[in-house]
Amino acid sequence: MKSPMKSDSVYGILAEFNGTGGLLNAAKLVSKAGYTKWDTYSPFPIHGMDDAMNLKPSILGRIVFAHGILGFLLGAGLTIWTSSIAYAHNISGKPFANIPSYVPVTFELTILLSAFGAVFGMFFLNNMPKHHNKLFNSERFKRATDDGFFIVIETDDDLYNESKTADLLRQAGAIHIEPISA
Amino acid sequence: MSQTSTYVPEKPLVEGNHTFGSLTALIGDITEKPAPTWWYIAFGISNLLLGLLLTMIGYLIWEGTGVWGITNPVGWGWAIINFVWWVGIGHAGTLISAILFLFRQGWRTAINRFAEAMTIFAVICALIFPGIHVGRIWLAYWMFPFPNGMQMWPNFNSPLLWDVFAVGTYFTVSLLFWYVGLVPDFATLRDRVKSSIGAKVYGFFALGWTGGNRQWQHYEKAYLLLAGLATPLVLSVHTIVSFDFAVSIIPGWHTTIFPPYFVAGAIFSGFAMVMTLMLLARKLYGLEDIMTINHIEKMNLIILVTGNMVGFAYIMEFFIAWYSGVTYEKAAFINRAMGPYAWAYWTMFLCNVISPQFFWSKKMRTSIVASFILSIVVNIGMWFERFVITVTSLAQDFLPSSWGYYSPTWVDILTYLGTFGLFFTFFLLFLRFLPMVSMAEIKMVMPQADPHYNESKGGHA
Repeated sequence: MKSPMKSDSVYGILAEFNGTGGLLNAAKLVSKAGYTKWDTYSPFPIHGMDDAMNLKPSILGRIVFAHGILGFLLGAGLTIWTSSIAYAHNISGKPFANIPSYVPVTFELTILLSAFGAVFGMFFLNNMPKHHNKLFNSERFKRATDDGFFIVIETDDDLYNESKTADLLRQAGAIHIEPISA
Repeated sequence: MSQTSTYVPEKPLVEGNHTFGSLTALIGDITEKPAPTWWYIAFGISNLLLGLLLTMIGYLIWEGTGVWGITNPVGWGWAIINFVWWVGIGHAGTLISAILFLFRQGWRTAINRFAEAMTIFAVICALIFPGIHVGRIWLAYWMFPFPNGMQMWPNFNSPLLWDVFAVGTYFTVSLLFWYVGLVPDFATLRDRVKSSIGAKVYGFFALGWTGGNRQWQHYEKAYLLLAGLATPLVLSVHTIVSFDFAVSIIPGWHTTIFPPYFVAGAIFSGFAMVMTLMLLARKLYGLEDIMTINHIEKMNLIILVTGNMVGFAYIMEFFIAWYSGVTYEKAAFINRAMGPYAWAYWTMFLCNVISPQFFWSKKMRTSIVASFILSIVVNIGMWFERFVITVTSLAQDFLPSSWGYYSPTWVDILTYLGTFGLFFTFFLLFLRFLPMVSMAEIKMVMPQADPHYNESKGGHA
């Protein structure tokens, strides 16, 4: 729900900060002020930023674990089922379910599916691929992948107020502030 | 992931007075500038060699594996040697990207992208050989387990099938790991290149990356997990490759030392290959500030350590052959060192055990010329190691009446040469179109990346 005072043509407010230290301190202030629809943008991950932004730990580990279990079951199932049920053959007098022989294939499939979980799970949690993003409307934002350190607070945030939010960012040490068009 | 070099006096990982912006320009602009003349010449030669490889493969498929030197009793020749050699080279890339990451070795950021690319292209070269060795190549898909009209399934007791899974998984995971590392750099290039087509192509692969911390949080977790998964994977891959030999009953192959011995050898040769490529790239692209003498020294130390592990394994094999009391085992090793292939054995020993000893001297391991020459010597030695293992054991096994002597044919030699064409074609395209150093990761190991950088210098935060 948008309140009438917020302009529909503005997606958010972009503030640039000086270096990683400046961004980290500003993030602490913005998060303390209670904003929720905002993020910090930097060309590389900054140590301590997750705590400064008060983010919950990533759930990616659980996704990967589930995929690992799936891969293990797939590998064990494939080897045991094919060799002892679907195509049971006596090979050098070995047992049909010759478990030690199946360790390599089961292990590799566990790793393979875990890796799929890690990569595609990360893409899923990060809303990727998403080629169109309103952040890209700002020319200055391009430096976020080079040497720029930014905070963007969305106008959709309940606490957003055109002047107060800008004041907060200015007090936090912003060296440049501009609106991002929607 | 960031490094606090203010507290621990360590040599700077990036030399020169670089800012984040100047590093982006140094690395990212290589893809935008016109390719230098040497690039076109090297690419042309690589393409010719690639053409040679395709011709040789075509000839092999047309005529059959009889055009190779393999025959009884040596049924595994250069194809398997080259397969193991190329897979082994790939291992350094994963070691640098995964194992050194888990050990928080910041210096890996200068070479990890590069080494991971090398891994992928080396594994492609490796995978060609078992693929074309099957004889009836149009039935190569029988290697994969899939439901079929014959109601047949592969034999999961066979180490060769384990290889299909191990190397296949290794290739897939290496590719994913490499791509995940590339995503933020694709975004950098998307925001940087001047041509609109370039921005679209890089933007497509960047998948809409913004660099937001809510993305970095999951990204770093994924990177850590991938490193944790790739570490046992890389150790398992060459272990399973060694099972191709160790699970058989041929004297000289049926030994328990093979898995660690193969893994150490793989890392040894892989680091040598990274060194060869890195020394060329840093010179040709002017990246001396990023790939410093300090990096070269650290890599040479790893070459020294793994070289000694390999040397230990060579000597231990002889000891165990004697200690086992098995006549055939003893004969196999005496034949290796003093039999018809003694020339290959001593070439291997000289290149792999003696030559890395130069790196005990700090002067040698910080010398670019010595590093370059020894890195090539090591890879020659590691090729001979696989030759010695594969050929000597098969040429002289249990019955002297069935002994033989193996020589390659011109097709063997030209096919091997051709794989260099494949490797360098891919590698040169990589140097041309992708950032060869991970821009996001190298910035993380700079002192300015630490949020407390200004405070510790007494400045404002």
